[in-house]
Amino acid sequence: MTGATEKMTGARAFIECLSKEGVEVIFGYPGGVLLPIYDELYDADVRHILVRHEQAAAHAADGYARATGKTGVCLATSGPGATNLVTGIATAYMDSVPMVAFTGQVPGSMIGNDAFQEADITGITLPITKHNYLVPEAVELPRIIKEAFHIASTGRQGPVLVDMPKDVTTDELDFSYPEKVELRGYKPTFNGNLLQVKKAAQEISRSTCPVIYAGGGVISSDASSELLAFAEKIMAPVTTTLTGIGAFPGNHLLSLGMLGMHGTKYANYAIQESDLLITIGARFDDRVTGKIESFAPNARVMHIDIDPAEISKNVHVDIPIVGDAKEVLASLTKHVMKCKSENWIKKVGEWKVKYPLHYVNSDEFIKPQYIIEQIHEACEDAIIVTDVGQHQMWAAQYFSFKEPRMFITSGGLGTMGYGFPAAIGAKVGRPDKVVFDIAGDGSFQMNSQELATVVENDIPVIVAVFNNGYLGMVRQWQELFYEHRYSHTCISGSVDFVKLAEAYGALGLRAARPPEVRPVIDEAIASGRPTVIDFIVEREENVSPMVPAGAAINEILDLERKS
Amino acid sequence: MKHTLAVLVENKSGVLARVAVLFSRRGYNIDSLAVGVTEDPTISRMTIVVRGDDHVLEQVTKQLNKLIDVIKVTDISSDESVERELALIKVTADANTRSEIIQIVDIFRARIIDVAAKSMTIEVTGDEEKIVGIEQLLSSFGIKEMVRTGKVALTRGIKSV
Ligand SMILES: Cc1ncc(C[n+]2csc(CCOP(=O)(O)OP(=O)(O)O)c2C)c(N)n1
Ligand SMILES: [Mg+2]
Repeated sequence: MTGATEKMTGARAFIECLSKEGVEVIFGYPGGVLLPIYDELYDADVRHILVRHEQAAAHAADGYARATGKTGVCLATSGPGATNLVTGIATAYMDSVPMVAFTGQVPGSMIGNDAFQEADITGITLPITKHNYLVPEAVELPRIIKEAFHIASTGRQGPVLVDMPKDVTTDELDFSYPEKVELRGYKPTFNGNLLQVKKAAQEISRSTCPVIYAGGGVISSDASSELLAFAEKIMAPVTTTLTGIGAFPGNHLLSLGMLGMHGTKYANYAIQESDLLITIGARFDDRVTGKIESFAPNARVMHIDIDPAEISKNVHVDIPIVGDAKEVLASLTKHVMKCKSENWIKKVGEWKVKYPLHYVNSDEFIKPQYIIEQIHEACEDAIIVTDVGQHQMWAAQYFSFKEPRMFITSGGLGTMGYGFPAAIGAKVGRPDKVVFDIAGDGSFQMNSQELATVVENDIPVIVAVFNNGYLGMVRQWQELFYEHRYSHTCISGSVDFVKLAEAYGALGLRAARPPEVRPVIDEAIASGRPTVIDFIVEREENVSPMVPAGAAINEILDLERKS
Repeated sequence: MKHTLAVLVENKSGVLARVAVLFSRRGYNIDSLAVGVTEDPTISRMTIVVRGDDHVLEQVTKQLNKLIDVIKVTDISSDESVERELALIKVTADANTRSEIIQIVDIFRARIIDVAAKSMTIEVTGDEEKIVGIEQLLSSFGIKEMVRTGKVALTRGIKSV
């Protein structure tokens, strides 16, 4: 502890702590136990954005964090406010997003009595937070907040929840903000073991068919330029996971795009034929590996990850390096030599030509892939946030990202309703960028109430609703594996998205034919207003290619629909 | 395979819940868990007996280490440790059976800590084998109630975990 202390209430200290942490925005929603904190927020410097549902506050904090690399902050009241955050916290946890979620709690003396709006939110969020706290006393608040931000933003990042009983916010304390954290149980390994790095470098120079499999960890560790230098030095092709999109330039000669269930054929083929799989900040998710026993059958597996628990969790790892991707890649690049991969690069290049991503366009109906291409053409440096479903996969496949933090999507949890609030967070964090939410008609309806938030706060995100009248991704599985029995997946005809936008005071646009696509995109961008575009798309388009669940990733099918 | 883990944790409320949630969520099997404060009052020590192969053990260890409140995890399954468990066993006993029970208690170097008209309560300390052994012998008299602490263990010699 340093400096003079000052007497203040817990609520005031909360604001002070946020300012010490450099927090510029909080996404929140008030309630009874938060009155002392909201009273402080009334004239505080920190920006507060009032959402319309706490889930949106959590997703917005998450989108803000992914777009900026800073820690996102959300705030909700006790009981239902806190439980409404849960989906957003779980989403951030699965994708290792730095976030601090603050919740109000009933006064300490009432905890455990089933008091009005009491929920055991630390208990509820135990398995979906990196760590959480129930603040016992006002004096502990500064230390706990300091620790919370430290834990959320270091090592393998993730959400931390701080539950603040009302009396903690009204009691007085002598405020001083700790400069350092002392956590004897938390010391993430940052630098890779040099011996392991050298061993890895040797292994790499022996490889003739290497593939780099990069995940979201590369983006979290801000290691994209190190990855590029490394891949170019050893001459290995690079495939990324869904959350790793943007970690490597999509238009690079060595880029294989995404791998896995809806990955490119050439990425999956390359994995299956590789002799060395260099995994960086990824975790062998089942949507990536397909049938795990058949994944990369000929490859030695190298795994660089900050989280030791990821090593050999799903797939046996031959050469582990625990450490921060940026550090490890920089040191590896220093020690490594080029692979003898000329023939391999040629072979992979031939696959790229022979098995490109493709769809059959139409003059009559709007193909969803076409919209993605048009958005890319109109604004290739836009931030693309997505919801979950077919539209998400098309965005991943057909938008070429050159930089990290430009593609924001719920990968691990696959949370419908994520896109719009996360886009709000991204736009707040990056006001200089055009931000699109690629939304499904189903997903958008899970958080469309946030139109009020964007209009009221003038946050001009563009929601592109891919309106197929279906819970399309589920419909696709029903078509393929349940004999076209579309049980409860048809949602057509219920909503006029243009009117919905207008009801909230946003701009509503619609495109129903291919020639209308580009003009509405341009109009939305030019308007500078919160906009919803209702794209009436081909209803039963399928995401292709596809690895059926349980198949090996080279057993990848073309599902393209001719029309 | 059974493994004995010595886990040093922050002596704070909620730590046991974190460990329990971790085990149930990841589907690890706990045979026993004993916890108490150490010579340092800010640190508690858990002795956890887990069942599983080396892969499971490695995962359990790493996942435990990920918990912020876990300070250190050590596998002390090897011969280089001493392990004890304590059990209290209440058996049905009357004038006819009492002396026979006392004999068994002596053989096992256990202790009688409560005697009543129709029962005796026995305290036994030892390794798992010993406790299972006395339990088996006493079961013919009728065990009314039994409680075990779960295993605690320390490494041999001057070294500590
Ligand atoms: C909260 C939540 N509920 C259910 C699901 C299961 N699910 C995955 S995709 C999908 C359909 C999404 O429909 P839509 O948003 O219209 O996107 P589309 O697939 O049609 O592009 C559903 C129901 C989910 N991922 N998230
Ligand atoms: Mg849909």
